[in-house]
Amino acid sequence: MFDLVAFIPRAIVQGMPLLFGCTGETISEKAGSLNLGIPGVMYVGGICGVIGSFLYEQNCSGELNAFLAIFIPMLSCILGSLLMGLLFSVLTVTLRANQNVVGLAMTTFGVGFGNFFGGSLMKLTGSSVPSIALSKTSHFFSRSLPFAGDLGWFGKIFFSYGFLTYLAVAIAIVTGYVLTHTRTGLNLRAVGENPATADAAGINVNRYKYVAICAGCMIAGLGGLFYVMDYASGVWSNDAFGDRGWLAIALVIFTLWKPNIAIFGSILFGGLYILNLFIPGAGMAVKELYKMLPYLVTIIVLVFTSVRKRREDQPPESLGLPYFREDR
Amino acid sequence: MSKKHSEPLLHITKRKDLPFTKTWAIRIGAIIAALIVCAIVTTALTGLNPLSVFGTLVYGAVGTERKAWILLKELAVLLSISLALTPAFKMKFWNLGGEGQVLMGAWATALCMIYMGDLIPSGLLIIVCLAAAVICGALWALIPAFFKAKWNTNETLFTLMMNYVAIQLVAYFVIIWEVPKGSGKVGIINQSTNAGWLPYIGTNSYILVILFVAVITAGMFIYLKYSKHGYEISVVGESQRTASYVGIKVDRVIMRTLILSGAICGFTGWMMVSGIDHTITTTLAGGRGFLGIMVSWLAQFNVVAMIFASLLIVFLSQGAGEISTIFGLNQSFADILTGIILFFIIGCEFFINYKVHIRKKSGKEEA
Repeated sequence: MFDLVAFIPRAIVQGMPLLFGCTGETISEKAGSLNLGIPGVMYVGGICGVIGSFLYEQNCSGELNAFLAIFIPMLSCILGSLLMGLLFSVLTVTLRANQNVVGLAMTTFGVGFGNFFGGSLMKLTGSSVPSIALSKTSHFFSRSLPFAGDLGWFGKIFFSYGFLTYLAVAIAIVTGYVLTHTRTGLNLRAVGENPATADAAGINVNRYKYVAICAGCMIAGLGGLFYVMDYASGVWSNDAFGDRGWLAIALVIFTLWKPNIAIFGSILFGGLYILNLFIPGAGMAVKELYKMLPYLVTIIVLVFTSVRKRREDQPPESLGLPYFREDR
Repeated sequence: MSKKHSEPLLHITKRKDLPFTKTWAIRIGAIIAALIVCAIVTTALTGLNPLSVFGTLVYGAVGTERKAWILLKELAVLLSISLALTPAFKMKFWNLGGEGQVLMGAWATALCMIYMGDLIPSGLLIIVCLAAAVICGALWALIPAFFKAKWNTNETLFTLMMNYVAIQLVAYFVIIWEVPKGSGKVGIINQSTNAGWLPYIGTNSYILVILFVAVITAGMFIYLKYSKHGYEISVVGESQRTASYVGIKVDRVIMRTLILSGAICGFTGWMMVSGIDHTITTTLAGGRGFLGIMVSWLAQFNVVAMIFASLLIVFLSQGAGEISTIFGLNQSFADILTGIILFFIIGCEFFINYKVHIRKKSGKEEA
């Protein structure tokens, strides 16, 4: 018997890091920047949150202050991701370097950064704890709404999550609204479709690109923080985050650059990731094939949209291209 | 008009071709700046004196004969992948699928070694493995190329996704092949019979691999520079419209070039399983499919420059490995240093391609 009440919450928890990453990547792609550094940014976001809360837990004797325990990791996560975003913007927008190359270099750097500090933080701070287990901080992040337990299956499916889950959905909805219903969103999309036209219309192309890339990175970084603090209960282990960053980029294509659809898309991808646990008789080996499904589905969507050529389903026109006003 | 018109302080123009010496002076300057930053970061994390950082780096890379051989082997693998990706890039086809293509070549090799190890003689087996690896690698690149040529499907994203399909496929087979059951590792394939293993030259297993890559390097140099195919690739890369106007069949060139690119990646996978590792893991390519892209890009598709670019990256990562071992730090330290170097070199390209004019106070621009 397929246990839907147990399955949906787990799929949602798996999906939320992807939703953060996907929303962030969508914003930056809509402004014409294909940021392949998102997997690295998510690692950096995660580890910066861990460093922040590790230092706080180490230096705080007695009970943790609930506000600080949440505020410090959030702030360090956002700052770390912002720095990565600035790096990408300076190199691709101001210095007009190739986006793919910068993105891949950022992923190499970011994943290395995460694993290095994850593996060496105890050594560097001279602390005596055997591993990074921030269960106290994690407790504040994963605490669910108080009345969730009283509502049976309904409470379990809708209210049993930490606050970051609701934040992820809220950010996705707000992003979807801003992109399609406001002047800012219209300008942003104009920059991504045709920067020369946007420039001629008096839009400051570089400023839009900077803001979109940095905002995108900050949102994506929260995905890393969610993974460590909520999903993994505050335990950082190297490479555990795995290929979720690339999955987030796949999700952007799968949802055709629409953050509202990404809410359901991320739960679907999360569900595919853990489907094997809920299908009786599926062996260890088949589990790996199930994990292939999100990528295969994305490839099919990619091919299908390019064959069908519907204009509203296409990637932003100038995605991946640098803009130089004096060119031509 | 009473409103004062403000001029921007900096004004940027595109440069004409800089002389060869000047471009390299800029690049070497960037590398030196990056190395200084690397030294500062290392000193901050380990307390090592900045000068001995470089001493340790050099020792870690080429300090002993064994270390030097490992350096050469790593160089050969990275260079081989970079060379494989180059013809595709030169055509402005973003083949981000090197990782998956190498892995498919390795997978095909392991498949043949495991199932045919006892059936056919080792010499024949090596050739069968090679053929299977080249075909699988080429196929993995041909699929995105076909859709790019027919329907202009975005190849950057397509090839990227193909990597993870390959990784999961290998993960599936690793569990099926694992020895002993439950270990999650394939172990050394054909350890007792050495069937399908590339022969050693003397007692060294790396020499043959290094020789293969030297041949590929020379071949790629000639192919890109002197062959008709190489010329067609550069024309398609410059402008697809020009190419079809002069009668080049663009879709055929795309598919043909990607078959070549994937085949060399598959070949690299074959070398790694049959010649070096004798086993297969999902992390066999270990991010080198992506590093190869950066090497190829940094070298501006110049085969000779690619040798130096990959040497720089391999040298640094081997040396950084030594520093992390000595100080009990995580091995990912190498990735951080590689990242720093890459950012600097990528950034310096701007100063090669563009010229920055600073506005003088009088409002006149500097020449």
